[in-house]
Amino acid sequence: MAVAFDEMNGPGGDVRLAYLELSRWLKETPADALEYRRQEAELLFRRIGITFAVYGDAEAQERLIPFDVIPRIMSAKEWAILERGLKQRVRALNMFLRDIYHGRDVLRANVIPEDLIFHNPVFRPEMNGQDVPYDVYVHIAGIDIVRINPENFFVLEDNARTPSGVSYMLENREIMMRLFPDLFARHRIAPVERYPDELLSALRSVAPLSAAAEPTVALMTPGVHNSAYYEHSFLADKLGIELVEGRDLILKNDEVFMRTTEGLKRVDVIYRRVDDDFLDPLTFRPDSALGVPGLISAYAAGNITLANAVGTGIADDKAVYSYMPEIVKFYLGEEPILKNVPTWRCREPKDLAYVLDNLGELVVKEVHGSGGYGMLIGPAATKATIEAFRDKLKRDPEGFIAQPTLALSTCPTCTEAGLAPRHVDLRPFVLTGSNHVTVVPGGLTRVALKEGSLVVNSSQGGGTKDTWILDE
Amino acid sequence: MLSRTAENLYWLARYVERAEYLARTIEATLRVTALPSAYIGKTNEWDSALLTAGVSAGFYQVYDKADEYNVIEYLSFAPENPSSIRNCIESARLNSRSVRTALTSEMWDTINSAWIDLQKVWGKGAKTREELANFLRFVQETSLRFDGSAYRTMLRNDAYWFSRLGFHLERADNTARILDVKYHVLLPEEEHVGGPLDYYQWTSILRSVSALTAYHWVYRETLKPWLIADLLIPNDSLPRSLASCYGNLVRNLDQIGVAYGRQGAAQRHARGIRNRLEHSHMVDIFQHGVHEFIQEFIVDNSRLGEIITKQYLI
Repeated sequence: MAVAFDEMNGPGGDVRLAYLELSRWLKETPADALEYRRQEAELLFRRIGITFAVYGDAEAQERLIPFDVIPRIMSAKEWAILERGLKQRVRALNMFLRDIYHGRDVLRANVIPEDLIFHNPVFRPEMNGQDVPYDVYVHIAGIDIVRINPENFFVLEDNARTPSGVSYMLENREIMMRLFPDLFARHRIAPVERYPDELLSALRSVAPLSAAAEPTVALMTPGVHNSAYYEHSFLADKLGIELVEGRDLILKNDEVFMRTTEGLKRVDVIYRRVDDDFLDPLTFRPDSALGVPGLISAYAAGNITLANAVGTGIADDKAVYSYMPEIVKFYLGEEPILKNVPTWRCREPKDLAYVLDNLGELVVKEVHGSGGYGMLIGPAATKATIEAFRDKLKRDPEGFIAQPTLALSTCPTCTEAGLAPRHVDLRPFVLTGSNHVTVVPGGLTRVALKEGSLVVNSSQGGGTKDTWILDE
Repeated sequence: MLSRTAENLYWLARYVERAEYLARTIEATLRVTALPSAYIGKTNEWDSALLTAGVSAGFYQVYDKADEYNVIEYLSFAPENPSSIRNCIESARLNSRSVRTALTSEMWDTINSAWIDLQKVWGKGAKTREELANFLRFVQETSLRFDGSAYRTMLRNDAYWFSRLGFHLERADNTARILDVKYHVLLPEEEHVGGPLDYYQWTSILRSVSALTAYHWVYRETLKPWLIADLLIPNDSLPRSLASCYGNLVRNLDQIGVAYGRQGAAQRHARGIRNRLEHSHMVDIFQHGVHEFIQEFIVDNSRLGEIITKQYLI
């Protein structure tokens, strides 16, 4: 594998412009001062209760995501490109979803194969012909971005269902400002704190027509045991809206109400952090206790907006992902600004043959997987793991895609042996309202803390960093 | 506000208050059992500690004997006792997480930090007397801090009032329970007033509800059983007296009624109990039977809990 592009010490070893001040500061700051602040940060996270749960790990019911105090920095110029690319991509995603559940021009034009849509378990026939306000399906998107050189941004994954992590973008910044006021004074950093306001106005803008002039928005969570519960309560608090569970909601004449101490109150928009499958036991999984019986019927009647819409999973399917450059061109007539990582679709025999021959070099992912579960990183895997994966792949080629093992860019990170480069990715959050798309300058930088590791997922030992977009 | 949020706030306050009361009960029982048996007679103080905590039945499913070790273990740490201090703190933390948005950061910090600190204690229990004393003190301090944070930082709106309802209802229940278990030592008929036996029982009752010093300030007399009963039942200057709890319950329910523009069964029921407490004198209560009076109160009090639940929390 090639030497990774380091975002501070560029290809020639010279400190890149955006990192000049940080690099100077790091030289002036003794190592134990950094370590002390790191411990302080951990204490703050623990006390605020910013934790997440790891499924299947009884010991670690509530864990902290390790926080690295060295920020990741991008210039205004870099961000401008990224921002345009993100908006373009999310526009295309929304148009694609509208099309898939209505006229299906994209299928008739043979841009993507039909069976990839219709045989896909995340395709929701319930959404056929169902209109959603302003044709917005993906109100909140988390687009995972990686870099392998200074020139290009690559999209690694589109998260169009219920992307999480934005609370870390906001809290990391708060904690950094508290711990490193001196470092902040030496930079001009674009603020991220308006994200909750942007989110609330986007959500209110897509309220159904039958809503009151001041629509009521609520955030729906699966409950305290969900891994992202902290984020749900954090956002509800910042947005000033009720944090509801399924049992707080009740249907009457196809309208949704929440049970309050003053009786029933109508809800117009639900920012739901509950997967499609669990939303309504009458329509989806009958064993779901998290949902609201009849919710989908109110949705069909146009009395409630769900954000994100039902059925957006079809847009973040990893096999569909591989067609995104064509999808962007098809709907917008533009060249995609953000690149796709080259992807082999194991559903296609030629690609499958190649993947099977090169398992040792590739990253293979489940098309519906997330959180870094169920994937194979060829170069890091043992022979036995590769062989076991080969069997899985042969049994269900449609369930997988493969990508080259990218040398993700690195950023300086605190490690036990002092500062060292570690691989990072970036998840910016793109908001779509009735008539505009916005991206708050920043995002969640995830960092693989283990030396050489490429897996940044928090469930797999990844950490986070504050992400600074310089304001020039 | 969401009914579930109100319910969580209400129970959160109850759990914290209950944890404190249990810690006080254990402390008071330790003191009285440390006396030579000539001073406390043959009653099993640990047994009555179980009774005042209302967990006697559950205890005997697990243990045969109500001795110091077993009872402290059961009241403090036992995961199988739904009302153990441990479970109260765990439930309080869980409730707090569910209503993070309705708590001030000071309240959350109190519960969350206490919960983090106590994780170490749950694993090994309190091995020495000193550890136990520290633990019991810590629980009481947590409750004081939580209550103080609520008082000093919460907006005065329905969230605050529902939390207060839980707090006062739990307090009233605790005071009534200790009276229910110990009423016999308060009866004036048993004419060995002033004997050492009763004296230590009385101080123990007063300690459980942190009213020993208050007693002396209010009555400026040696301990007399009817004055103790007077302090704990109709005297509304003592924060843990039944009358004081009901004064607060009525006030908080009225505040909710005004905010929501309507009164209901809860307001009426609470006012009924308050009026009865206000208009009863100890002489009448003794004449009609302290025990009957208290038992009736316990039923009425838990009935108020049910009515509040029905009216607001579901």
